[in-house]
Amino acid sequence: MTNTWQDIKNANLVIVMGGNAAEAHPCGFKWVIEAKIENGAKLVVVDPRFTRTASVADYYAPIRPGTDIAFLSGVIRYLLEQDAIQHQYVRAYTNASLVVKEGFAFENGLFSGYNEETHSYDRSSWDYELDEQGFAKSDDSWQHPRCVINLLRQHVSRYTPETVSRICGTPQDKFLHICGLIAATAAPDKAMTSLFALGWTQHSVGSQNIRTMAMIQLLLGNIGVAGGGMNALRGHSNIQGLTDVGLLSNLMPGYLNLPLDKETSLDEYMKTKQYKPLRPGQTSYWQNYRKFVVSLQKAIYGDAATQDNNWAYDWLPKLDVPMYDIIRAFEMMNNGQLTGYICQGFNPLQAFPDRGKIRRGLSKLKFLVTMDPLDTETSRFWQDFGPQNPARSAEIQTEVFQLPTTCFAEENGSLVNSARWLQWHWKAAEAPGEAMSDIWIMSGIFHRLRELYRKEGGAFPDPILNLTWKYTDPVEPDPEELAREMNGRALADLTDPATGAVLTKAGTLLDGFAQLRDDGTTASGCWIFSGSFTEKGNQMARRDATDPREQGIAPNWAWAWPANRRILYNRASADQDGKAWNPAKPIIEWNGSRWEGIDVPDYGPTVKPSDGVGPFIMNAEGMGRLFARDLMADGPFPEHYEPLESPVENVLHPKVRSNPVARVFASDRAAFGTPQHYPYVATTYRLTEHFHFWTKHALINAILQPEEFVEIGEVLAKEKGIEQGGWVKVSSKRGEVVCKAYVTKRIKPLLVDGKPTHVIGVPLHWGFTGQARKGYGANTLTPSVGDANTQTPEFKAFLVNVEKTGAPAA
Amino acid sequence: MSDLQSQDYVRRSASTLTPPSVRSHEDEVAKLIDVSRCIGCKACQSACMEWNDLRPEVGHFEGSYENPADLGPSVWTLMKFAEHENEQGNLEWLIRKDGCMHCEDPGCLKACPAPGAIVQYANGIVDFISDKCIGCGYCVKGCPFNIPRISKQDHKSYKCTLCSDRVSVGLEPACVKACPTGAIMFGSKTDMKHQAAERIEDLKSRGFDQAGLYDPPEVGGTHVMYVLHHADKPSLYSGLPDKPRISPVVGAWKGFIKPLAVAGIALAAVGAFFHWITAGPNEVTEEDEAEGERVLREADAHEPEKSP
Repeated sequence: MTNTWQDIKNANLVIVMGGNAAEAHPCGFKWVIEAKIENGAKLVVVDPRFTRTASVADYYAPIRPGTDIAFLSGVIRYLLEQDAIQHQYVRAYTNASLVVKEGFAFENGLFSGYNEETHSYDRSSWDYELDEQGFAKSDDSWQHPRCVINLLRQHVSRYTPETVSRICGTPQDKFLHICGLIAATAAPDKAMTSLFALGWTQHSVGSQNIRTMAMIQLLLGNIGVAGGGMNALRGHSNIQGLTDVGLLSNLMPGYLNLPLDKETSLDEYMKTKQYKPLRPGQTSYWQNYRKFVVSLQKAIYGDAATQDNNWAYDWLPKLDVPMYDIIRAFEMMNNGQLTGYICQGFNPLQAFPDRGKIRRGLSKLKFLVTMDPLDTETSRFWQDFGPQNPARSAEIQTEVFQLPTTCFAEENGSLVNSARWLQWHWKAAEAPGEAMSDIWIMSGIFHRLRELYRKEGGAFPDPILNLTWKYTDPVEPDPEELAREMNGRALADLTDPATGAVLTKAGTLLDGFAQLRDDGTTASGCWIFSGSFTEKGNQMARRDATDPREQGIAPNWAWAWPANRRILYNRASADQDGKAWNPAKPIIEWNGSRWEGIDVPDYGPTVKPSDGVGPFIMNAEGMGRLFARDLMADGPFPEHYEPLESPVENVLHPKVRSNPVARVFASDRAAFGTPQHYPYVATTYRLTEHFHFWTKHALINAILQPEEFVEIGEVLAKEKGIEQGGWVKVSSKRGEVVCKAYVTKRIKPLLVDGKPTHVIGVPLHWGFTGQARKGYGANTLTPSVGDANTQTPEFKAFLVNVEKTGAPAA
Repeated sequence: MSDLQSQDYVRRSASTLTPPSVRSHEDEVAKLIDVSRCIGCKACQSACMEWNDLRPEVGHFEGSYENPADLGPSVWTLMKFAEHENEQGNLEWLIRKDGCMHCEDPGCLKACPAPGAIVQYANGIVDFISDKCIGCGYCVKGCPFNIPRISKQDHKSYKCTLCSDRVSVGLEPACVKACPTGAIMFGSKTDMKHQAAERIEDLKSRGFDQAGLYDPPEVGGTHVMYVLHHADKPSLYSGLPDKPRISPVVGAWKGFIKPLAVAGIALAAVGAFFHWITAGPNEVTEEDEAEGERVLREADAHEPEKSP
């Protein structure tokens, strides 16, 4: 979230698209209700199904799964046609005026630089035209044909209301009504908030779905302001924390990139990370990258990381492929290239696409270690549970070690919520049975590994032998001690380079990442968390709910990264002179000598408005990007591509039907179905009664939603002779699910390119362990396809068939 | 469910004893359910099971999000989901939390033949006192909202207590505490009506011209009220009665049995006469008689009406 949960109440328009906030985030959804009641806000829902969120919406429109970019590009076209944009904001704070270099092109569904053999782009043409000093050229008159706003206008011109309706199946009148509601928030004192979740990310174009709405928000001047923003509602209480500390296969803590094979030295690695300002006088905060990397290395390797050994750069793993994500991991497992798997707090047999492939992969392992508080399906993949898990145990040689762990309520620690708050929690109960904390288990594995390396040497013992492990209790380091390590401390006296005066004494916990250095005198395990545990104590444990102006900031409740800032880009909440766009809900304003307000400024606190420093300080040009330069794998502008499994051609460019750079392995491509055999569009999702695959282990949740079902519209049900509550078989090229049918008015056939298209809803909660009734699992059906940028699987749009059937054998 | 201080009673089933009514100074309470901001998450159902320690069976999917499939001796509240297509052809998903309405004039209490098995407290809550329940099921017949259910395990009748145990110590009912969107509110009936009025105004401004409060006068009003977008058609909400009526069966029963009861009172009067002769006057008898007549009048008044 750029903003906070509480801040949603400041919105004038709440749009829920690519998510189902009421259903999946019922507690946070109270702020939407608050916006409606206290702020007179309207709630708009765009979703293939009439969801629980839609049940309390002011306006609902249906959409075919996987066509959000077409819808949103149509919105951009509408805003530009109607001139319903926040002009002053767009001109001053976005790259609308910057000139794109010659050579950039978009034709027949492809951007310039496409390589058909590698399925990837050479992105060098996706950039600005630079002047002699290396700054991007700008045309404030917006006359230049290659200035961003004109290229954008041209790019979206194809997305007329007719075309949007033809692709999305959304009736034109509903589409245009929503365009009108959105356009009204271009007024400087009006804000729209976008609430989304996995309904946008789990597509082959997931990142671009989100980007399209982000562009709309920039055009409306809704980024950085109260009640605005792009608000990703995370699907798990600590999934934000997972990404923050770098538990993605191509990242290190604090969103630092894991080095690539070709980056053979730290200097080589840093070459692509200089982030020289692209406009005069800009902050370009990533210029500090080296400080964050060196401080991280000091946290990992301590005294062993020195100037002489390039801060132990050689001990970091290097990527020979863009990333070793889960889709790749299971591909390798199936190919026999990955034979051991430590599966910590993860249930891939339920959670990852093409369940059959996951089961086959696990069956080929030499060993599998699972660490989980629950008896997961993954731990039991080898056991025959009937049709829901037809394993042939005798043929599986995988040795499985099932290690029960504590759950969050049985340990101290912090969770990072969607609003980037680090909230400390305290142990409430003893863990049952033999359960041990993840920290205890990981420490044990580390110590035994290190002992083996000490005794036996091995090919490359240095990264393990040199790891610093100076914890009070090395067997089970204390969570507070680990939190202090992530915050970081001074390793030597930090002095003022000008005067030589000591600013921070050696050993002191740092107040924030501004104190980090690249000379080895500071350590920080996760630079964005710096400030969370200072000499003043554990900031995450703060519980003061005081909220100045009652605007949903509550600065003394827990701690938010970065720097306890609650609303990102909040400089953009004020105009060029530093006055709030919306005087009723200011966040920070220029008081003549400094920026003041209810939040920590996302800006130099004393930088004068007249200096012309852009509010988007992380970007090299200081501006919000309507043109993404080379930062997206699949294009600097979003484009509608059909899901990899789709019932129709791409009406915009039939030759380039789907995202040309989506992640698809050849073996997975062979498992795609065609509309001839699988004519219906399916989408998967959660229900309020359950949390993923956990709560089916809890009796009350099992009572509230006991059994697997799919949702089918009345028209299709009638066509297929399917009765309410009757048994159906839903099949994809990859597998089949036999379950009950919920025949509903909430899913209507959509008219897509002149043809009625049926959508089938597949909730995902049931498996074969726990207290609820046994189910096949939605991932039995889903294709193994990754988003071009994040490799997130395409769970939200694929093809199935459905037939009436009888109950499965018990 | 639990027998609180009898001084809290204002009504008591099958009893000619006049409740002491010493707590009549207490505010009448009400639970207000704003269906327009209910998201059907079932946190209320979950909290009800937790607080009252109820665990019905893990059931089956039966063609809707409603689970368990019905109210039961262990299911005291249940989210009901109705898919409704309005005149404009737009879908509305009307979600309503079902459970005891805590009528001001409770049909269950009227129908109950077991002395003291059903009581009403000064704060308006209608409660079942399980150890006095004989499991006859008359309360089920007497309820205009089809709420009480008889347990096959112990042959007692059960329903929502409005968390009388929590309310008696100054806490809100468990469902109110758990509701994430504030759709369930609790307080004095007067305050809840004010709350409702604000909500209705907002709903009218959003195009729901018929928004209104459900507090049916046919049962003397209820201590569980709804804010409805379509107050003109309560039955859209999974059959919420448009005009709830206590079943004529209850009326007939009263009509048939009450003369006998009055004869009993007359006999008691005769007895009292002798009592008066031997021990002096006893004023309670007169009050009993008055109460008997009142109940009789009410029973008569209800008799001609038909259940919906």
